[in-house]
Amino acid sequence: MSVQIDHDGRLRHFLTTEGLDPALLERILDTAESFSGVIGKSVKKVPLLRGRTVINLFFESSTRTRTTFELAAKRLSADVLNVSADTTATKGESLLDMLRNLQAMQADMFVIRHAESGAAEYFARHVDPGVAVLNAGDGWHAHPTQAMLDAFTIRRHKGHFEPLRIAIVGDIRHSRVARSQIHALNGLGAGEIRVIAPNTLLPADIDSLGVQVYTDLSAGLRDVDVVIALRLQRERMQGALLPGEAEYFRHYGLTEARLGPAHPEAIVMHPGPINRGVEIDSALADGPRSVILDQVTNGIAVRMAVMTMVLGVAPDSAREEA
Amino acid sequence: MSRILITGGRLLDPASGLDETGDVAIADGRIVALGGAIADFTPEQTIDASDQWVMPGLIDLAARLREPGATRKADIASEARAAAAAGITTLVMPPDTDPVMDTPSVVDLVNHRAHQAGAARVVPLGALTRGLAGEQLPGMAALAAAGCPAVSDAGRPLRDGLVLRRALEYASTFSLPAILTPVDPDLGQGCVHEGPTATRLGLPGIPVAAETAGLGRQIAIASATRARVHFSRLSSAAGARLFAAARREQREISADVAIHQLFLTDQDLMGYDPRFHVDPPLRDIVDREALRQAVADGVIDIICSDHQPHDRDAKDGPFASTAPGAAGIDTLLPLVLRLVREGVLPLQRALAAVTVTPARLLGLEAGRLETGAVADITVVAQNNPWFCTPETLRSRGHNSPFLGWEFDTRVTHTLVDGHRIHDASAAD
Repeated sequence: MSVQIDHDGRLRHFLTTEGLDPALLERILDTAESFSGVIGKSVKKVPLLRGRTVINLFFESSTRTRTTFELAAKRLSADVLNVSADTTATKGESLLDMLRNLQAMQADMFVIRHAESGAAEYFARHVDPGVAVLNAGDGWHAHPTQAMLDAFTIRRHKGHFEPLRIAIVGDIRHSRVARSQIHALNGLGAGEIRVIAPNTLLPADIDSLGVQVYTDLSAGLRDVDVVIALRLQRERMQGALLPGEAEYFRHYGLTEARLGPAHPEAIVMHPGPINRGVEIDSALADGPRSVILDQVTNGIAVRMAVMTMVLGVAPDSAREEA
Repeated sequence: MSRILITGGRLLDPASGLDETGDVAIADGRIVALGGAIADFTPEQTIDASDQWVMPGLIDLAARLREPGATRKADIASEARAAAAAGITTLVMPPDTDPVMDTPSVVDLVNHRAHQAGAARVVPLGALTRGLAGEQLPGMAALAAAGCPAVSDAGRPLRDGLVLRRALEYASTFSLPAILTPVDPDLGQGCVHEGPTATRLGLPGIPVAAETAGLGRQIAIASATRARVHFSRLSSAAGARLFAAARREQREISADVAIHQLFLTDQDLMGYDPRFHVDPPLRDIVDREALRQAVADGVIDIICSDHQPHDRDAKDGPFASTAPGAAGIDTLLPLVLRLVREGVLPLQRALAAVTVTPARLLGLEAGRLETGAVADITVVAQNNPWFCTPETLRSRGHNSPFLGWEFDTRVTHTLVDGHRIHDASAAD
């Protein structure tokens, strides 16, 4: 698992939040903080990645994640190429061949999303030295930049992690976002992390990741400071995982009323895209507790931070080396 | 036919418990004298086995040879030669070839190729159902006549209980043992052991219940027939317990374990290394220890390599998209002897699990070191270290989960039917 860390303890790729040094997690957030100023300015560019090439390689469709990665790279003055894998995967080219071909185009960084768990690590093991891999989501395994932008959003609204109770609600079993959030928030010292879901949507031994497990929404939401709703994919209604959207919403859907047991100032998050009326109702998603759009904005700063860190040009590390 | 004298070795016969230093005289493919210093025998060739172990050649109950149908991965000749170099004299081959071994013509082809190779024996198993599709019966009498000593589902357990019952009843008509895969095919979907490791890695897990549900159902159906049933590749503590309880009632059942299950666990795949992608999956340390105990207690009395050689492409990619299975014939004997050295089980019991016990299951003549027995013999040197690397593996499949391991026993001579088919001094 240490393929993402080099001999000096520096981030070389960003594949997972599992097992990362808490100081490194903090550094990602601090670096993102320094970039969030750039985003507010009218001229939104810094030259840290000038002359570098970033390839977005998406084997699964995505709008939000791909666009924010693209914006992050462009604000760092990198050249960005978007490759949607449908065009090549259908030609029977192997993953490795595709990677080698793109690498031959002198890419410095790959941002990869793939439906198979472990795909990002597979790429990281096969790229040339000096080329960085950012995991933009692999199967059910990890989505580390999403988790870091969530942590960033939580820190901005709540300050320190230690006193916080954070609940993740929904399809934990199939969620790379939940796994990465759990590792990141535990690493950052969050007081308590809870997962809330029916048993069919909980993976085996999820408690071994360091979470409290609840199947009852009201009990799980008691006194929490942060509620994270997960997207429930509609295809989960097939295959005997759930009986239907109506029953799911009745028992696990988030509404202002169901948030009654939570802390009065609890914030509500969602990694998007939202299924309104399935995992969360519109009034809550668009209401004052919701920080969902902050998450999207923060995603750019967090991705800028990680992109500069893996190439060793982050403002902080540059100062340290000088 | 040549007359061979093996001199001064430690003679080991797990069937009789023989363990003494002495000579073995071989003529016309048979052991004609055994033990002590044999004086009244004129050999044409002599093998000096002093300080070495002389034992029956190994019988590997499950080895995919990939021919016919997947010769890009391996072929009968390559694997039969690799087996000979690893001290295995009989490879038992599951019927999931392409085409499936459900007619005598495919069996004849395999036998012909094995004969041409002139290395380890190859024993083809017949398909339990036609095309392994779980619907119709193959001509089992014809398969038996062509040389199949048993029928097998080859890792594709039947969904239909009625078809399973009838296949077992029909097999028993011709005294064919049936080798079943104790898995519920619906619960068995996934690629790793269901548990904390699967959850961390985000991979779909196969619960232990896939094994116990499949096994329990198959035991119940088998008890309604007169069939001799063998359960292949147990992987879990709960499965071993369930099997042990059933065996107290039904003596005519048996089970085996793949050797890698006795050494590895799901912890080994934390780096998504596809070499550890096997089916049934590597389970946790409690399961591994329970399997070792079941072997030590004689509940599980056969150990096999579950050899599944793959080409590089099949094992290249993200974990779930790679083909399951590990290459195993090169490491079967060294690992069995390591079990002995680690004190898991006594030497003779360990050897029995790879010689006489599988021979008895299939009614094979081999597997014994005694006067009159067929001369399938392995000579093994101790304290002869080597590293398992792609270069030292003889199988065409380099997908061994034991790459990088050091072993200290080496096969110096292998004889099949009284012929020297492997000679380490000549090969190296």
